[in-house]
Amino acid sequence: MEVIEIARWQFGITTVYHFFFSPLTMGLAVLTAILQTFYYRTNSEHYKLLTKYFGKLFIIIFALGVVTGIVLEFQFGMAWSNYSRFVGDIFGIPLAIEALMAFFLESTFIAVWLFGWNRLPKGIHLLSIWLVALGSVLSALWILIANAWMQVPIGFVLNNGRAELSDFVAVMLNEQMLVMVQHTVIAAFVTGGLFMLGISAWQILRNNQVEIFGKSARVALVFTAVSALLVATTGHRHAQHTVIHQPMKMAAMEGLWETEQPASFSMFALIDQENMTSSREFKLPYMLSVLAYNNTTSEVKGMKDLQNEYEEAYGPGDYIPPVKVVYWSFRLMVGLGMLFILFSIYGLVQWWRNKLEENKLYLKMATIVMFLPLLANSLGWIVTEMGRQPWVVYGLMLTQDGVSPNVSAGQMLLTTVAFTLIYGLLAAVAVYLIHRFAKPGVPEDSEKMLHTY
Amino acid sequence: MDFQLIWFILIAILFIGYFILEGFDFGVGILMPFISKDDVDRRVVINTIGPFWDANEVWLITAGGAMFAAFPHWYATLFSGFYIPLFLIVIALILRAAGFEFRSKMKDKWWRKVFDQFIFWGSLIPALLWGVAFTNIVQGLPIGEDMNFTGNLLHILNPYALLGGVVVVMMFVLHGALFLSLRTTDDLKERAEKIAKTLWIPIAIVTAAFAIMGYWQTVLFEGLGLIPGSLPTLAILSFIACFVFMRMKMQMYAFGAMALTILLGTSVIFYGLFPNVMPSSLDPAYSLTVYNASSSQLTLRILSVVALFFVPIVLAYQGWSYYVFSKRVSRDAIPRE
Repeated sequence: MEVIEIARWQFGITTVYHFFFSPLTMGLAVLTAILQTFYYRTNSEHYKLLTKYFGKLFIIIFALGVVTGIVLEFQFGMAWSNYSRFVGDIFGIPLAIEALMAFFLESTFIAVWLFGWNRLPKGIHLLSIWLVALGSVLSALWILIANAWMQVPIGFVLNNGRAELSDFVAVMLNEQMLVMVQHTVIAAFVTGGLFMLGISAWQILRNNQVEIFGKSARVALVFTAVSALLVATTGHRHAQHTVIHQPMKMAAMEGLWETEQPASFSMFALIDQENMTSSREFKLPYMLSVLAYNNTTSEVKGMKDLQNEYEEAYGPGDYIPPVKVVYWSFRLMVGLGMLFILFSIYGLVQWWRNKLEENKLYLKMATIVMFLPLLANSLGWIVTEMGRQPWVVYGLMLTQDGVSPNVSAGQMLLTTVAFTLIYGLLAAVAVYLIHRFAKPGVPEDSEKMLHTY
Repeated sequence: MDFQLIWFILIAILFIGYFILEGFDFGVGILMPFISKDDVDRRVVINTIGPFWDANEVWLITAGGAMFAAFPHWYATLFSGFYIPLFLIVIALILRAAGFEFRSKMKDKWWRKVFDQFIFWGSLIPALLWGVAFTNIVQGLPIGEDMNFTGNLLHILNPYALLGGVVVVMMFVLHGALFLSLRTTDDLKERAEKIAKTLWIPIAIVTAAFAIMGYWQTVLFEGLGLIPGSLPTLAILSFIACFVFMRMKMQMYAFGAMALTILLGTSVIFYGLFPNVMPSSLDPAYSLTVYNASSSQLTLRILSVVALFFVPIVLAYQGWSYYVFSKRVSRDAIPRE
């Protein structure tokens, strides 16, 4: 394997792994803060117990999010130094601000919150968990400003062989970022919500502290249902933006080889990238035009025409991303998103009919559905990042040109294998610990749950 | 305004902050297996840095982010050039964090032993490698015309650089021992004080040897004669002050003097480098300087405004968190198992 391939695998593995934890962290931070707010306002012991209980699970996940994040920041310079030289003028700004604004906030106040029970006034202590939640959302905002610029680069001039900043406000308010950040943050809320629902359902099934976990299940249900609906609306908005600014990505997401007007939405297709055709297609007429442009007449460009356009603009080359991966990842992600909506609304209906605790089948499903957002999140990033190939910065820099010229394939392979093994080990430990600490449920006395290392 | 100079100073400050803060928690991590008599002791030792180590690490992440933003070429050359050392640092930091977070969550002896190893090596390796890396920078590196490092791992692990790593480890251990003497009680406190006192002289000898060799091994003292200049003199004085304060049982001042020593020592490095950030040993024309490695003026200006606004806020709430958790950790604070 060549350096570039290994470097890409390494980036894929370390990023996807990191992104198992960061959305969970974000969602659980907000949910834990909500539980504690209920405790603060009602003084109900149940909410205090739940805050501590989910806080304990949250902290295990948080730790893994932090340590795997360091790898990402270092990786740009270590494995992608040419990329870093080219984009540093712009891409570095949000990273620096993220550290200054979000990471300090999160890391300081998570400690204040953990060790501050009984030591701080109740209001200040509540504020500290909200600041952790704020920090995690701000972190998402800044990293997505950076990523959005890779998708739709704006506000720059090419100078001294690199992209230099010309308009900071344009970079900050990149529309691409605005559509991404809503979709990503709210998807993180769904991830946290279904996690809390799943854990609560598991305890109810085990007939353990049913009254207490009924409460957290209900908080999680409302939170998830609202968020799941918004994930769909923001995702739709995201796709409408993509069709204009990254038409090739959209065509790949749809497996659309030929330009169509009006365009139909593909439900199923066997894709043959080599011969640029698809077979056994099942299509819904007009639907892609409707989804992309809100009418039944608009044209959506196909990959063949786009390839020709790109060759004219950028010279000869293959500008079509790996279609099969993008097409199926997109379909699976959307399907899972739909499932989350139906699942959470069905749960609300059960609650309304006072059957939430009795519906064992639903509760059992909740213990499985809680893992699916992790898959959906990863698929979303696979669509976004693979769909942008062969570009690392859309239209400006090819991925193959970004890699470090002075790192050997052997070194790259060594680190990739090491990261994968250590990450695998840590994941096993984390899952084991979460299971172990989740199982007994909340303790009888909340004072017995003080944090010490 | 010379924004390159401002950002050079800011990045120096971030590394100084990192070495002072993470310096003591690396030291605590390295001392943990030796200073503790039993598992309760070990937990006390870890809890002295419990509320701080994570936020201390963010100083490094911020230094990296700031370097990426303000001096992309410096960031790219440094991180790709020190590929394997940085990889080892990252792995060490991951395992160390896992050590802190997971060790006391289970009672099994073997479980705790494994994570104790992570904490020890996870503290020792980054301290050593940061020393190696910075020594390499002041030695000058084979940086080619295209700004890329052309040497190999053996080049980085040269004997003088390894000695630099040892110096940093020893400094951090002393710094950690002083921190422990402020944060623990009874026996642990006494042992920490004793370790700090015993270590000072050997550390002074090794550091002096390292500094003297620096006259012909590094670019730092070029143009200087026998008199080392103000910053190094102040560094030496504050290190001596640390010893005097220890003798006088003024631990808080001794810790402060040690922090000042790290501040001044790191300043010597950055001051001696300027305007270079990574001198090339192949041809001075290939050296990375604050001017040829920097971002555009616009980027630096925006970053300056952001830093001006957020750095004081960060310092305020981090300082406040140290105030909130200023109480010493005793054995009674560890829940009985």
